[in-house]
Amino acid sequence: MDPKNAKPGTGEAPSSQPKTVEPKVGAPEGAGAKSGNPKDATSEVVTSKAAASSIVQGGMNERRFAQASRRELLKLAPVLALGVFAIPRFQESLLKKGLGFSDWASERLFRRGHLALIFPDAEVTPFERFPINGYDVDDPGVIFENWSLTVSGAVQKPGDYRLGQIQTLPRVRQNTRHVCVEGWDVIGRFGGARLSDFLNMIGADTSARFLTVACADDYYESLDMATALHPQTLLCYEMYDQPLTRQHGAPLRLNIPTKIGYKQAKYLTDLKVTNVLDKVGYWEDQGYSSFYGL
Amino acid sequence: MSGTVVEIIRTEGEESETVARAAYEHPLVVRLCHWVNAISLFVMVGSGLQIFRAFPSFGAKIPQKDLLNWPKSFAIGGWLGGALQWHLTFMWIYLATGVIYLGYQIFSGNYRQVLFTQRDIPGVWPMVKHYFFFGPKPSQREAYNPLQKHAYTTAIGLGVLSVLTGLAIWRPVQFSWLAWLMGGFHWARLWHFLVMWATLGFVFGHLAMVILHGWNNFVSMLTGWKKDPEY
Repeated sequence: MDPKNAKPGTGEAPSSQPKTVEPKVGAPEGAGAKSGNPKDATSEVVTSKAAASSIVQGGMNERRFAQASRRELLKLAPVLALGVFAIPRFQESLLKKGLGFSDWASERLFRRGHLALIFPDAEVTPFERFPINGYDVDDPGVIFENWSLTVSGAVQKPGDYRLGQIQTLPRVRQNTRHVCVEGWDVIGRFGGARLSDFLNMIGADTSARFLTVACADDYYESLDMATALHPQTLLCYEMYDQPLTRQHGAPLRLNIPTKIGYKQAKYLTDLKVTNVLDKVGYWEDQGYSSFYGL
Repeated sequence: MSGTVVEIIRTEGEESETVARAAYEHPLVVRLCHWVNAISLFVMVGSGLQIFRAFPSFGAKIPQKDLLNWPKSFAIGGWLGGALQWHLTFMWIYLATGVIYLGYQIFSGNYRQVLFTQRDIPGVWPMVKHYFFFGPKPSQREAYNPLQKHAYTTAIGLGVLSVLTGLAIWRPVQFSWLAWLMGGFHWARLWHFLVMWATLGFVFGHLAMVILHGWNNFVSMLTGWKKDPEY
């Protein structure tokens, strides 16, 4: 509504119904409190009526103006609701809810068929400059000869899968961007089997909601099924066309160009298909985003 | 454009003594959005700087050149995860106030009060002269002078850009076209950072002008009414 439409002399906000100032509401407390003389209130009503009608067109009594201003000020009270964020008792749960809402929105923004950018070889960061970012040790000392991926949960063929079996699946090589929650990113060349192919191999129930992984260094992660089935989500055993090095997660890690870095767990040892998560992930359980899709 | 002007009669007894004028400059929606936005902007900048502390650089991680070591005490969240929680919570509040404000301004026509347009251009130079003490004060017939309109229009533009650059670095895959428009992911992150400093530049200028313009002007953002306006 145009401010010009505000009714002159009432001091009402134009956005609300043009109410006239009722003297019985405003005057007794306002006038009486100040002057201590109830007679003033009566005379004030008379003068203000006179002012509005005859003395000056569009005029307003000083006291009425003060009342109107105070009322307008009180209408800002909803802003104070933001103060709950300053109360330690509520702060943590409110921020968790905010983060949860962001995750909920992100999950809706995720498009199954939408591919992350693929970069030409010339734009790939040299291997030596690909950062190594472990949470604990750079090499948890996996003994490759004994290694296998233990599959469990909602799958038809649970059990231990050796690297050779995973490598029988079609190999995909992709130059994709790896984004860290810290803010840096790096374009790397990754190779491996599509996780969706592997889920097919183990007869996974793809209507299940999640997939969880455990790692040789006690790291753990979880993934929503939609992302697990994304065509660029890899069980990665190669970087830069070479077998994964120990520091980059040998013998098997996740490469998920549609997810933040901490979701792309290294040194995988266990994989489970499930509908319930008792824990989300190493960083998520400390307060980071659970979904963190890019 | 100036809103409703009313005359205030100061009465003593029966006689009307003095007459003051007041203008209704700021509708309730604008005032609510202003204060909610002020708080959420504070949180967004504070938590954003804490997020920046995790990688105070641009471009490649290795080699990494730290641009500035922002002190932790001037940031919100305490650690990266905490700062992200603040940032990802208040971004919705920030976005909501922005959408409500813009929607209200457009549909009410109130945007004319703040939008800098072509017809404001002739008034720019006289106002600059006045601000830098070598010109008379130009007469004013509306709530905001051309330079104020320019500042507010720019600030609104920066608000829109902060959301778009933020989306581009928060969801660089889903909004890859946004990142592409900004020159890629690295640039989007840099733009987001620069938009913040530009916004802070506006805020400091804004606060300085609020102090210079005095109490009545400040009160108008609380009650909507500005006493003794200059027009």
